Amino acid sequence: MNDRATVFPDPETVARLALSDSGFVFDPVSGRSYSVNATGLALLRLLQKPTGVAEAVEALQAQFEGDAAILERDVIEFASVLRTQIK
Amino acid sequence: MMAVPRFTVAVTGLNAQPESPGPGLAVARCLREAYGPRVRIIGLGYDALDPGLYLGEYCDSAHMLSYPSGGSDAMLERLAGIHAAERIDLLIPCLDAELPQMVSAAPRLAAMGIRTFLPQAQALARRTKDRLPELCELAGVACPQIKPVTGASFFRNCQADGWSYPMVVKGPFYDARIVRSAEEGAAAFHAIAAEWGLPVLAQRFVAGEEYNLTGVGDGNGRLLGEVMMKKRALTAKGKAWAGVTVFDQGLADCAQRLVQALSWKGPLEVEMMRDAAGRYQLIEINPRFPSWIYLSQGVGRNLPALLTEIAFGRPAPPLAAATPGTMFIRYAVETIVPLGDFEKLIMGGNLSRDLEPERNSEPEGAL
Repeated sequence: MNDRATVFPDPETVARLALSDSGFVFDPVSGRSYSVNATGLALLRLLQKPTGVAEAVEALQAQFEGDAAILERDVIEFASVLRTQIK
Repeated sequence: MMAVPRFTVAVTGLNAQPESPGPGLAVARCLREAYGPRVRIIGLGYDALDPGLYLGEYCDSAHMLSYPSGGSDAMLERLAGIHAAERIDLLIPCLDAELPQMVSAAPRLAAMGIRTFLPQAQALARRTKDRLPELCELAGVACPQIKPVTGASFFRNCQADGWSYPMVVKGPFYDARIVRSAEEGAAAFHAIAAEWGLPVLAQRFVAGEEYNLTGVGDGNGRLLGEVMMKKRALTAKGKAWAGVTVFDQGLADCAQRLVQALSWKGPLEVEMMRDAAGRYQLIEINPRFPSWIYLSQGVGRNLPALLTEIAFGRPAPPLAAATPGTMFIRYAVETIVPLGDFEKLIMGGNLSRDLEPERNSEPEGAL
């Protein structure tokens, strides 16, 4: 399993994001806003606390139906985009 | 009926071309919303087509000024004439090009009874674009290299001196163009020199995103009421057409250090690039409110009203917390101008709607 620190952005950085139930996301430092789907929103909420990849995949699997391997791939891909956007 | 005590504030910079509007109209709007009818606002313009001069809801009266290139004496003579008619209590200049004259004229304006809240001439000079690296070193703020350029040949030969493209070519007061080749550099040099004169400035390009901060320096090293903004949509000239408030303590700290290093007194706008490493690099300090200053009213930190309070010797009023996430979107709108009003400004240099008001010279606290 991938190491949390190399896959996910720093939880303090993610914690600054304002998350709305609608999926609207606002970064108060960069001024950027984003829209995410329900899975992305759930993952962002998980990442606002120290969370490992396996823990995140497990939590998402409990909330959304999906194969663990596919979920893990999607989580890693989402985190990769997140690292480039949220600094 | 009880007389409403009134005071009079004169504001310049009422031009409002969508590509690059002046800040004066937004300053007047902030004052009107803070003080309502208790403030008489005098619009001062350099062009009879400045729309703010005709907007009665913001400007009770309007007058034409002589261009700064006409010299200090002409400007002072004109202001004295306007003051005789309007009894100006406070003057808020809003254009970079007029600031040097306004600063040097401040003691004579004060002798006439016109308050200002402006930086010392030395502080104004130390934040000019060509002196930013020197200032930044003192303040402990990062800054890209900048070089005064007096000939287009620089752009052909600069790579031998360690410069590379893209770079930014700037006028001393206004205009900034990103150029990607010697040809583009020379073209930008000629265009800017023709409009603003020499020297033109070359600044190393900083990859990143621009963030702006506005506030008021109290003259004793303290930055008051900072509001931070990220542009979300740009005009063709790179000015904000939409923006959103942000908050980053790192940006606020940089601005505070600059204000302290300059002992800055008066309004300012700090323009910084946040580079890929998250480090802020100073691009410009504008010695006035920015055209997006109405956003300060939108977040409960009405800075023109704050400046008015301290200019009248009152303590800085308490402000709302600097919260991120408030947007503005600018729009262009036509105002209908009776030809007679235009004629009055063209032929007589003024358009007064309410002379001889009942007034005193002290604003009552509004914030």
